[in-house]
Amino acid sequence: MDRIIETRGITKDYHMGEVVVHALRGVDLTVMRGELVAVMGASGSGKSTLMNVLGCLDRPTSGEYYLDGRDVSRLTRDEYAEIRNQRIGFVFQTYNLLPRTSALENVELPLLYDHDGRVKDARATAAAALERVGLGDRLEHEPSELSGGEQQRVAIARALVNNPAIILADEPTGNLDSRTSVDVMTVFQELNDQGITIVIVTHEPEIAQYAKRVVVMRDGRIVGDRQVWDRRSARMDLQNMSPLDGDAGAVGESVSR
Amino acid sequence: MKRIRNLLKVAVRSILKNRMRSLLTSLGIIIGVGAVIVMVAIGAGAQADIQAQIQSLGANMLMVLPGASWHGGVSRGAGTLNRLTLEDAQRISDQATLLSAVSPYVRASGQVIGGVGNWSTSVSGVWPSYLAIRDWQLAAGEFFTERDVRAKSKVAVLGKTVADELFPDEDPLGQRIRIRNTPFKVIGVLAEKGQSPFGFDYDDVVMVPATTVLYRLAGGRYIDRIYASALSLEESAAAQEEITMILRESHKLEPGQEDDFRVRNQAEFMETATQAQQVMTLLLAAVAAVSLVVGGIGIMNIMLVSVTERTREIGIRMAVGARSSDVLTQFLTESVVLSLVGGTIGVALAYAVTLFLSRAVGMTTIVRPGVVFMAFGFAAGVGVFFGYYPAKKAAMLNPIDALRYE
Repeated sequence: MDRIIETRGITKDYHMGEVVVHALRGVDLTVMRGELVAVMGASGSGKSTLMNVLGCLDRPTSGEYYLDGRDVSRLTRDEYAEIRNQRIGFVFQTYNLLPRTSALENVELPLLYDHDGRVKDARATAAAALERVGLGDRLEHEPSELSGGEQQRVAIARALVNNPAIILADEPTGNLDSRTSVDVMTVFQELNDQGITIVIVTHEPEIAQYAKRVVVMRDGRIVGDRQVWDRRSARMDLQNMSPLDGDAGAVGESVSR
Repeated sequence: MKRIRNLLKVAVRSILKNRMRSLLTSLGIIIGVGAVIVMVAIGAGAQADIQAQIQSLGANMLMVLPGASWHGGVSRGAGTLNRLTLEDAQRISDQATLLSAVSPYVRASGQVIGGVGNWSTSVSGVWPSYLAIRDWQLAAGEFFTERDVRAKSKVAVLGKTVADELFPDEDPLGQRIRIRNTPFKVIGVLAEKGQSPFGFDYDDVVMVPATTVLYRLAGGRYIDRIYASALSLEESAAAQEEITMILRESHKLEPGQEDDFRVRNQAEFMETATQAQQVMTLLLAAVAAVSLVVGGIGIMNIMLVSVTERTREIGIRMAVGARSSDVLTQFLTESVVLSLVGGTIGVALAYAVTLFLSRAVGMTTIVRPGVVFMAFGFAAGVGVFFGYYPAKKAAMLNPIDALRYE
């Protein structure tokens, strides 16, 4: 199997005035093609920092990082931008969609910055990506006209649109109620079934149950790494929920059952 | 090509999404560009007006004025020593080679009675050549002739204002009028000449033969001025010299003695007036240019606010692969598009204002294409210049910091 992500001894230090915070203290992580990995940990465990480094949004202080076989730990700003544009799809907790901009235009955004111009028809490609996440009928809606789950689907479509090597999702369900969370997880599982490699950061064990593999972090180190043999199907869970189960309590109960 | 189109698309989208803010930002440029164009148009119009008016006096015109008398080293002012006579005018007319026409000018003010009432006006005693020198036309009838001058005929040609005042409803030609109780016959009416730049009504005049004024109305032997017309504008300086020579001889002045007359040439006057007007235009343009710079600072201000306000947006764009140069060009494009749109509206506005000024207010305005292009180009320059710093600031943001910005 191909190694999509391979890190060796990644560290990341933050300087807060006099104090140095060691957010990552040597992370070795390998993610194979086709995996669906959940990175778990308490807040402050360094999982989001790791995600930013993996997503080429931030640079490691030291260590090596190979993305799809290419060493990306020592690149220029522009090369980083190019990798973010073409190799990585990033999904945020807060969706990070452009306000007052239609879903279609939001999804088109990465294509605008594709300097090689690989995609001929940006509109059609963006529309196809939205179709894939089940929003084919919401192309012209603006974020304010969409529900949280739909906004996150738009963000996923945006992550997909450049056909990246990997999709990284940082707490993608953090702002969603349980039912919508499961709904978003169905999207991730379906995309994974289509062969897309996905890494999800979450602190919710319920969400981690939908992954194929769970990595646990604590104090900037990986302290656990296991395959999930009794993986849940988000689609099945969703079907078992009654359509009226909108509030968190009821859904939480059904998930923990 | 595709990149430029994308850039423009992003910039225009972003501008349209903040219509009110964009409009307010552009306002400085709109006013700046508009002001520059309108100010220069008004200045150029005024300049053209003055030139036209001076031209209408006769551009080649030379004027001989009596000199000042000196008393113990103190000048008593122009005209205190009146030594111009009809003979002087005749000598100039006979001897000069660079002049096309010469006419004495004797002024007498007085009441003119006739037609429906009376009218106080100035009576100008001249020769027939005066019309040509002043570039004046006849509206009706005829002008008096050399013969009338020799015969001191009691014939008068009315200026339009006088004709309208005395004969509002009838044809003045052939009518009898009385000037200072001397009866005259109206033989012609002058075409309208309008006002001088200082508001003097040229048409408020009655012209009669110079001899008639001297011998029948005013008495005395001195005339007020001599008007002459140089063969061409270029030769007016030489003609001026010629007149001086002839008059010095006529007045029997020793070499080294001061002239007791002054010769003025119209070209000089035109130059002075034009220069003054150019300074004025430059001043207006400078004031307007300051407002353009202030407009530019307004753009910088808004773009800086915009960068702060849109830090997250910049972060999002960077997260999906925008390079620093993409962000830089996006913000630069935005400010340039803003100032160009402002410039376009400013040009349109200036056009409307100048049209209004010339149609409704009756002001002469000249919009020069060069000024329009300059103001427009300056607006674009302002956009680049004042947009660069905010754009650079946005481009240098770290993606992760920009995304975390609240």
